[in-house]
Amino acid sequence: MKGKEAVKMSQHRSGQMKAFFRQWQVQSMVIPGIVWMFVFCYIPMFWLIIAFMDYSIAKPMLHSPLVGLKHFEDFAADDRFWRSIRNTLGMSAIKLALGFPIPILFALLLNEIRSLRFKRAVQTISYLPHFIAWTIFGGILLNWLGEGGVMNQLMMALGIQDREILYNSDPQYFWWIVYFSDVLKETGWSAIIYIAAIAGIDPALYEAAELDGANRWQRMWHITIQCIRPTIAILFILAVSGMLGSNFEQIFMLKNNMNMRMAESLDLYIYNMGLVSGRHSFSTAVLFARSVVALGLLLLANYTSKKLSGESIF
Amino acid sequence: MAMESRGRFRRIGLFEVGNTLLMLTVCFITLYPMWFVFINSLNAPERALLGTINWFPEAWSLDSYRVVFNDKNLMNGFYITTLRTVIGTAAHVLFTAIVAYGMSRSNLIGRKFYMRTALITMLFSGGLIPTFLLMTKLGLYDNFWVFVIPGMYTFFNMVIFMSFFRTIPESLEESAKVDGASDYGVLFRIVLPNSMAVIATISLFSAVYHWNDYYQGVIYIRTQDLLPLQTMLYKIIAENSMSFMQQQAMAQFGARLPGNSIKFASMMVATLPILAFYPFIQRYLVKGVMIGAIKG
Repeated sequence: MKGKEAVKMSQHRSGQMKAFFRQWQVQSMVIPGIVWMFVFCYIPMFWLIIAFMDYSIAKPMLHSPLVGLKHFEDFAADDRFWRSIRNTLGMSAIKLALGFPIPILFALLLNEIRSLRFKRAVQTISYLPHFIAWTIFGGILLNWLGEGGVMNQLMMALGIQDREILYNSDPQYFWWIVYFSDVLKETGWSAIIYIAAIAGIDPALYEAAELDGANRWQRMWHITIQCIRPTIAILFILAVSGMLGSNFEQIFMLKNNMNMRMAESLDLYIYNMGLVSGRHSFSTAVLFARSVVALGLLLLANYTSKKLSGESIF
Repeated sequence: MAMESRGRFRRIGLFEVGNTLLMLTVCFITLYPMWFVFINSLNAPERALLGTINWFPEAWSLDSYRVVFNDKNLMNGFYITTLRTVIGTAAHVLFTAIVAYGMSRSNLIGRKFYMRTALITMLFSGGLIPTFLLMTKLGLYDNFWVFVIPGMYTFFNMVIFMSFFRTIPESLEESAKVDGASDYGVLFRIVLPNSMAVIATISLFSAVYHWNDYYQGVIYIRTQDLLPLQTMLYKIIAENSMSFMQQQAMAQFGARLPGNSIKFASMMVATLPILAFYPFIQRYLVKGVMIGAIKG
């Protein structure tokens, strides 16, 4: 019996092998992609184990001594690490609380515009800044926030301040600069997905509501918002799970030696420690810890959203 | 009855006016920064000094552009950026499309395994330091190909390609197969020519990324001759390093030409290609985001 089954299995397997070689052309299209992923995604994942070693780039990795949790203890005792956690969470919290609703609001208001042409024109213009490089956008900002810049002229003309303030050199403004520049640059782009969701709502719903005497705000709240709730929930889950990250291109552009106290996010800390100071293992330990916490956050946000609104990404 | 309807009309009218004004403000806030750069790059250098709020150049001058176009470093950066945009985009589209076509075949053996391998990379990644070490070990550090090879493939774009290929009627491919075409023949002669819309979308995604990226250059490039334009701009603007160009300008124009107007002119030069292609970009990219959103 057993022998027969084994023969069957091996026949089946050799049949599969034959089929595999018969479709060698299709396989030869896919396999380079798998090899690429192995090299550029899986090897770096595997390389995370240097977090537990004293790795030196000059030696082969397996010759590096194992040091257990030494690097984890080191960063946990580093004030600068906790400062970067505070900065990351602070900036993310502002972005989440004050920034997340803005594209939704923009999409809702844009949807109320009657003229299709004007609507389209506004939308097209609104996502232009998304395509402007951070070097350019940041360059404009730094100019406007600097000495004699647009911001100072405006504030002094309005009588809000009576002398020049160097906004970008004063750490206390940094989180707000990050927030406002993000809103300016990304609102139109982030709104696209909501605008698409709104466009997919059945117009009959609005007609029925109008007949029932619902006013504009009631229609917005009871129909539009309710219909795009799944989209909002999913984007919110993603935003929460990304709280330990930051827009590196943005922060890297706006940071300087004067505002580093408030500007050094976790990403920047990893960069500074790992690539500027060359402490590879130490930085990788921070990266490792962050990935674990980020995964936890994703699962937590997903779970909470499932409980509260029935929406989840998995 | 008449009173009531008029009252209602007025209420809606007020909202409409306010909303329209708000949208116009949004447009203004969005457009003014670029306009600001534009007029200050054309302003006579001594007027562009510290960027006062204005609407038009006070005195026209192309001096700043002359300096930018005569600067060997910046022009080399422009060349590197163009090169990486063209090669990087072509490599990305070709490689990703070929993998996606293979993945779109329903009879592909091992499809589930391949898909799972790819999905894991969406959830976990090595991050900055391991990736940096890998690039060093692969000899890609301070090498032009660091712009091309690591960006050759993304799972997200592969899925976009794959779902588009599935919408192509199978009868087209079948008839080509009957005529004796190989899988590669079908891909290059039937499938790709029928996928121009999605190819345009992905190409633009990739080209905009390559054109605007400054971060790869900061991390992986040391040699001046390999720096992309955006990385040079980063150094000039954020690190305030006196570039070769500014030193030369100082010598040429004396104190008359402050750094700012050259900064604005080089910013303009770096943005013009994006602005010129913007109509295509916005048309195709928005489509791409929709596809991505539906798939996601």
